[in-house]
This record gives sequence, C-alpha cells and structure tokens, in this order.
Amino acid sequence: MPTLEKPKKRDMLKIDDIHVYRGRTYVLQGVSLEVGRREIVALIGANGAGKTTLLRTISGLLRPKKGKILFQPDSQSQEIDISGASPEQIVQLGISHCPEGRGIFSRLSVLENLMIGAYLRKNRNEILDDYNSICRVFPILKEREDQAAGSLSGGEQEMLAIGRALMSRPELLILDEPSLGLGPIVVESLFQVLSEINSRGVTILLVEQNAIMALDLAHRAYVLETGRVVLYGTSGELAGNEDVQKAYLGGIV
Amino acid sequence: MIMTRNRLIHCALFIAGIAFTASAGMALNEYVLSIINFAGIFIILAISLNITNGFTGLFSLGHPGFMAIGGYVTAILTFPVSKKAMFLEVPPWLASMEMPFLPALLIGGACAALTAILVGVPVLRLRGHYLAVATMGFLIIVQVLITNWETVTRGPLGLNGLQPLTHLWWVYAWVVITVYVSWKIKFSSYGRSMLAIREDELAAQCLGINLFRTRVAALAIGAFFAGIAGGLWAHLVTAITPASFSLVLAFNIVVMVVVGGTGSITGSFAAAILFSVITEIFRPLEENFDIYGIGEILMALILILILIYRPSGIFGNKEPGVLSPPNKKGGCL
Repeated sequence: MPTLEKPKKRDMLKIDDIHVYRGRTYVLQGVSLEVGRREIVALIGANGAGKTTLLRTISGLLRPKKGKILFQPDSQSQEIDISGASPEQIVQLGISHCPEGRGIFSRLSVLENLMIGAYLRKNRNEILDDYNSICRVFPILKEREDQAAGSLSGGEQEMLAIGRALMSRPELLILDEPSLGLGPIVVESLFQVLSEINSRGVTILLVEQNAIMALDLAHRAYVLETGRVVLYGTSGELAGNEDVQKAYLGGIV
Repeated sequence: MIMTRNRLIHCALFIAGIAFTASAGMALNEYVLSIINFAGIFIILAISLNITNGFTGLFSLGHPGFMAIGGYVTAILTFPVSKKAMFLEVPPWLASMEMPFLPALLIGGACAALTAILVGVPVLRLRGHYLAVATMGFLIIVQVLITNWETVTRGPLGLNGLQPLTHLWWVYAWVVITVYVSWKIKFSSYGRSMLAIREDELAAQCLGINLFRTRVAALAIGAFFAGIAGGLWAHLVTAITPASFSLVLAFNIVVMVVVGGTGSITGSFAAAILFSVITEIFRPLEENFDIYGIGEILMALILILILIYRPSGIFGNKEPGVLSPPNKKGGCL
C-alpha cells in the first residue's frame, strides 16, 4: 500500500475512524480520510462500497455511530467536530454537498434553484456577486435563468447543481458522481470547470465511477471497498498501481 | 417608493375588491350575499391549504380539523355570557368572558396553529399517502373529541344561536390578508425553501434547509388561516356542529387546490370561486328536479377531466404574468 505522507498544508477535513450504519447494515467500518486545503480528493470504488454514505455522513445527513469528523473552515479557525451537527449547521460552516442524481428542483426556474443555494445567507450584494461569478463560469445558466430547471439537458442540470452548491460560498465542495449519465465530451468540459473552481480556492471532495477521469482531475484519491479504505495515495501513484488498474481502470492507462 | 406596473395592478385589484364589497352589500339580496361570503371563506381555506399542500407538498387532509378548532374556540369566546351559563359548563374565567370578534378570531387561529405544531411534530415525519392517512386520522380525532366533550361543545347538537358577526367586510379583509401573506411567502427565500422541499427533500437538506422546521411551519401557517376561516364560518352560519367539518369538506378543499394548480395562489382563488358558484347554481336544480348530488357529481367530473387533460391544474404552479413580480425573476433579484 503506498503510504505517501499527506500534504504539508494543514488538513481542512479530517475523518477519524468513522463507523456508520444505515438501518441495520454496517456500511462504513472504520474509515479515515483527510482532505487538505485547496486539494481535489477523489473517492473511487465499486457500487455499494460506501462512497455515498461517506459523503452523506460528512454533510450531516447521516450520523456516525463512532468516530470523529473534524472540519477547519479556514486556516485561522479552530477545528470543529461536525459529526453530530445538523445539515444546515454544516452548510453554514462552509461545506456544500451536491447530491447524487443532482437533485434539481425541476419545476422551479434556474434562477430560483440558484437562489435556494444561498438560502442561509443574508447579504444580498454578496449573493448577487456570487450569482454573477457563477454565471461567468456557466454562461448557459445565465441564458436559461427563467426556464424551468427540468427542461435543461443532463449536463446543464449538473452545472446547475454545482452552481447551486457554490451559491452557499463553500470552502469545501462535495460532489457525488457529477459525471453520472453524461456523455464523454460533456464530462470533459465539466471536469475542466471543476479544476477551475478549485484553482479559485474551493477544496473539492468527489465520488466518481469514472476512475480514469477522477484520477486525472484529483490530486489524491482513496479507494473504498466494502466500507473500508483499502488504498490511498496521489493520483499518479494510484493510476500506476496494478490492483487499481485491474479493478477500476480496465487494465489500461 | 416606485410604483411598478405590477404593484399598480395589485393596488387596483385591492380597490376593486373594496368597491365590490361595498356595492355588493348595498345591491344584492341576502341569498347572493351569503354565497359570496361562503366563496370568500373557501378562498381563505383553499389558499391556506395551498401553503401546506401546494408549496411544501405535504398532502394534508386535516384542514377541516383546524377549521373546527378555530371555529369552536371563536364561537365559545364570543358566546354571550348569559347563554354560556345556560348551555355550557365551562370554567368560571371562561364563563364570564365575552370577547369581541377580532380577538376571538385571532385566538381561534392561534389555537389551530398551536395544534398544528403539536400534531405536526410526530406526524410530519411521514411522507406522501402515509401523511394523508395520518392527517385524516387527526381530523377524525378532532370530530370525536368535539362530539364527546359535551360540557363545552354541546356534542353533536353543536352551538347555535351564535351572533351573526361575519359580514362581507370581515370576509374580504381576511381574504386580502390570506392572499397577501401567502403571496409574500411564495416570493421570498422562505417560500422558495418550501418549494424546494416539495421538489427534492434530500437536495433541499443539502442546501441547508431544515426540513422538519419548515414542514411544521407550513402546516401551522395553513392551520392558522383554516382556524380563522372556521371562526368566520361559525358566525356566518350562526351555528357550529362537528358534522360540518367532515372528510367531504377536506376533499372539497383539496380539489380546489388541485384544480387551481398546486402551488398557484391565483389558481386556488379561482377554483374556490368556481366551486362555490357551481354548487349554488345546481342547488335549485337539485331541489326542483329532485336530483340531489348533481353539484358534487359535476365537481368530481371536473376534477377527473382536469387530472386527465391538465394534470398540473389550471394555473400550474405559477401566477399569471400580469400579477407576478415585476422583474420576471420571481422576486429573486
């Protein structure tokens, strides 16, 4: 197992040995993981490995039975244990979760969708600034702002979901399968935007089925298997790892 | 303050309403006036249910239950002291109290809202048709309690001889308040959070919306206005019995919301008028030709046709363009 020292930047998110049940199923069986400030970290693994469960636990939708989730909103502030916090407290602290399947409010307009993303914020001018900068990143959203969100194409909906998550001005953006159901060209441009968002200072933690794309984008990655981290390292290391190649990259890199 | 076109239209409608109320009071006979009063009460009921069912997507059949609570509380508070001593066995502080209409209405609405919070906390953990069944259960419980609490409610006999306090101005004022409040909610950040819950609960939660609190609030706001409507109703009919607040009434209000378009205030408004008028138009037919129930049959037929040909209701979940906020952005910017 490649055990590279984690980056020297202080970790923004530190998950320490969490155990999570969904109903009676023991899904996460002691997962630890770190996300450094301004990093892109990918979680890969087969269906049912617990990736979505892990993300939902971070954003407070599920509670761990055991273990800690430490979050440090900015490099000056204290680390906070968010493992018992409610989803809205976690959004307020600066973690924004873009759920699997996008969760678009399809009968509402594109603009309304985006504004709901800023639900917990009060300062209208700041909200407008963020709205304008999101429209610069995704010009199509500005073009379609009066349309019902359900009328957008899959790729546009994903952009809307990401834009909406950014409207809470997060420090950490959590993405669950952003490439789901999208064509390769759309995925390519989407991932380009993600790296642009990252270069503006947003840390990203993403779950991806598409391991090739994920390793290409991310700085580091974790491989999850049946509720445990079985492998982690820099993307380069994982892409070069024989097991990973066989299991997730179809044997060719 | 800049008068936008949209605000001008709202003001014009408000003034037209006043003109209508004033002239109707002078020109029309008692019978037509009572139809208008009932239509107004149904507008309040449909629009308030629309906050719960339409905006937030909570399928509640409990609306008449809240209405009953508001109605009985208001009726008991305004009941003359002399009659209280004759008919009711209530605690002395209540027996010696006779309140003016407005505070009694407000207390009635508040009691309904409070009940909604108490009931909502356990019940709103349910979703979809489970919630519908649970709220129906609530309605039945309210009816049974009222029927059996004879010392205060006179059981199935109900309270009669209430003062005829409700007149067109009261109804008009409450229609305006209900429309205003639900309009303000719909085009605010809070209202959008309700709509978000209706569309996708998980995503709403991910964006920091407190599901539970918002759902309880939506039920309570709806219940408050249902309570007010109950109070108005009681003092229009001048009697109140548990049988008035039946499941059929719940069904009728739900039909108004669905036909108007779940989420559309204008839709609920229009459908409430439509159905009040239809029922009345067919009443002479029912009585003269002995075909009772034709109004209900027609109402059900309209519902079926709407569900087939326009499943999202007459107005969908929108407001007509001339009425909606001026910058076409749903008040977002």
